[in-house]
Amino acid sequence: MDAQGLTYLFVALSFGLYIGIAIWSRAGSTNEFYVAGGGVHPIANGMATAADWMSAASFISMAGIIAFMGYDGTVYLMGWTGGYVILALLLAPYLRKFGQFTVPDFIGTRYYSTTARVVAVICLILISFTYVAGQMRGVGIVFSQFLNIPIFWGVIVGMAIVFMYAVLGGMKGITYTQVAQYCVLIFAYLVPAIFISMLITGIPIPQLGLGAQVIDGSGLSVLDKLDQTLTELGFAAYTQGAKSTIDVFAITMALMIGTAGLPHVIVRFFTVPKVSDARKSAGYALIFIALLYTTAPAVGAFARLNFVDTIHNTQYSDVASWFKSWEDIGLIGWEDKNQDGRIQYHPGAPFEGKPSFGPERRPDGSRDVLNTPTASDNEVYVDRDIMVLANPEIAALPDWVIALVAAGSLAAALSTAAGLLLVISTSVSHDLLKKTFARGLTDKQELFAARLAAVTAIGIAGYLGIDPPGFVAQVVAFAFGLAAASLFPAILLGIFDKRMNREGAIVGMLAGLIFSLIYIAYFKFVSPETNHADYWLFGISPEGIGTVGAVINFTLAMVISRCTAPAPVSVLAMVDNIRIPSGVNRPQDH
Amino acid sequence: MKQDTQGYWKANLRILGALLSIWFIVSFGFGILLVDELNQIPFFGFKLGFWWAQQGAIYVFVALIFVYIHLMQKLDRRYGVSDDDDAEANQEDS
Repeated sequence: MDAQGLTYLFVALSFGLYIGIAIWSRAGSTNEFYVAGGGVHPIANGMATAADWMSAASFISMAGIIAFMGYDGTVYLMGWTGGYVILALLLAPYLRKFGQFTVPDFIGTRYYSTTARVVAVICLILISFTYVAGQMRGVGIVFSQFLNIPIFWGVIVGMAIVFMYAVLGGMKGITYTQVAQYCVLIFAYLVPAIFISMLITGIPIPQLGLGAQVIDGSGLSVLDKLDQTLTELGFAAYTQGAKSTIDVFAITMALMIGTAGLPHVIVRFFTVPKVSDARKSAGYALIFIALLYTTAPAVGAFARLNFVDTIHNTQYSDVASWFKSWEDIGLIGWEDKNQDGRIQYHPGAPFEGKPSFGPERRPDGSRDVLNTPTASDNEVYVDRDIMVLANPEIAALPDWVIALVAAGSLAAALSTAAGLLLVISTSVSHDLLKKTFARGLTDKQELFAARLAAVTAIGIAGYLGIDPPGFVAQVVAFAFGLAAASLFPAILLGIFDKRMNREGAIVGMLAGLIFSLIYIAYFKFVSPETNHADYWLFGISPEGIGTVGAVINFTLAMVISRCTAPAPVSVLAMVDNIRIPSGVNRPQDH
Repeated sequence: MKQDTQGYWKANLRILGALLSIWFIVSFGFGILLVDELNQIPFFGFKLGFWWAQQGAIYVFVALIFVYIHLMQKLDRRYGVSDDDDAEANQEDS
């Protein structure tokens, strides 16, 4: 069987598994639909959280970004793991003790206000939709790349699968499907990483291979060789960053507290039986996540080394076939500026923008790039997203590894999409309808409304995935900044500051959200030509501005709460209660 | 029995303070602010600052959560606010 046949087989098998689990674990009540009845084992919940958390961006893009950014890729590695420490220590146990269904539930109750609840729902929907559109797009790209299905049909198939288990199974179905998806995605990530580590260093553990010597007789370690090779070609050293220290600091902080403020991650801790289980499952989740996140920098470094070795100064006619197949899809482009028939790889863009190709091929078979060349010596355009997907081909691994990577990227994208769709539908049926506009709903009607909202959300997400408004991909990364600036401070202060009240929280959330939105919108859409360190506030890029938004939120909330009436006694009693682990409401068994 | 909830909460805040200080030092301290100084030191084929940023900090994050789980379990029992009793009630159903 060839690579494509194997890919079909692996993808079909994994989808069959997910659907089977969904049918087995159908939800019968709103409690099961929203929080899986609250009876999930901490290890299972840890795996589900890890799959929920690691999206198409973690699986497909991150190692590629690290490969090309070197040290600066650190912001994603630390930012997307360090948030779990905050989550485990500052939020998860208390929110589990609170024992309701959603993040707006907590904010609405703690701040005794329907307005606060609605503001939280708006933040949640804004954050979740920007995030989910990127996942559906990821599903579409994998289908088109590996299975030769148009992106449109790829997204439709993805929507149908998510529909099966999110709408029927609710949180219960999603939880157990995500456990399976975690196993698929981590296996698919580690297998090629181990193979490549063996090829380059002879050591089967990528985390150690990253520090080991390259087995080419040079006696250099992987990172020293990368630094040396890249500086010879005119790049900055791999282990040195290009971003300013304050920007790295701000982006890492925004990603960390944004992670802790993401509704689809927080809600996972409502599904375990006890407070102590919420702590444990955050720990297990981080182990499962760290497995991928400590492998990613090794994959990135190996990929960059392999990439330079394979293409630089190679005659086009002799270059490896993966170069040509990605060129065929348009994610690699080559312009032979010095007419020597060889590929030269240097810093800078080879030509303006993404490559557009003429209909005729050049005599050597390469595609004719029409873009205006730049003055740089660099002749190669390469899309960063291809590194993980192309890695098995670059390292000439067997076909089944390629098929595995395809199934793994789909697992990553689908599991995250399902988790996001669930929090969107829950916040609509539970927070907007049941708790705000239609208080008389029965449990059955609410469950129906939740399913209807999930269907609608899938439809919108699918539309955004098939026909993304140009900004979707860019906006995905900003979901973290928005979560950091709006929800995180309100939840944290609600637990740790008893003097915090309705007025402080609402003003803080709105100010943090609006400030970050305007800053991002200004540099990304209104005036993108000024998106440069010289014009940024304190030298902080739009990616890191959530940190400043959070500081504004905290400051305003503290000042305003001290000038207005304190929270009522019943709310203070509730805060006292969530600070103590014992006496949690009893969960259902599965 | 009146539980000493204030004492429990203060002890909890002390644990959080200590663990979050370590969290900050390994990530923002070693990985970002001091990275250039630490990069002068070789560490198993890595530059030390780079290792903290892309490997070490993540391992410490995992360890911190498990230390936290352990410390809180002890604290919960000492102040009689552990949720173990709730668990026994559950096991009767399963």
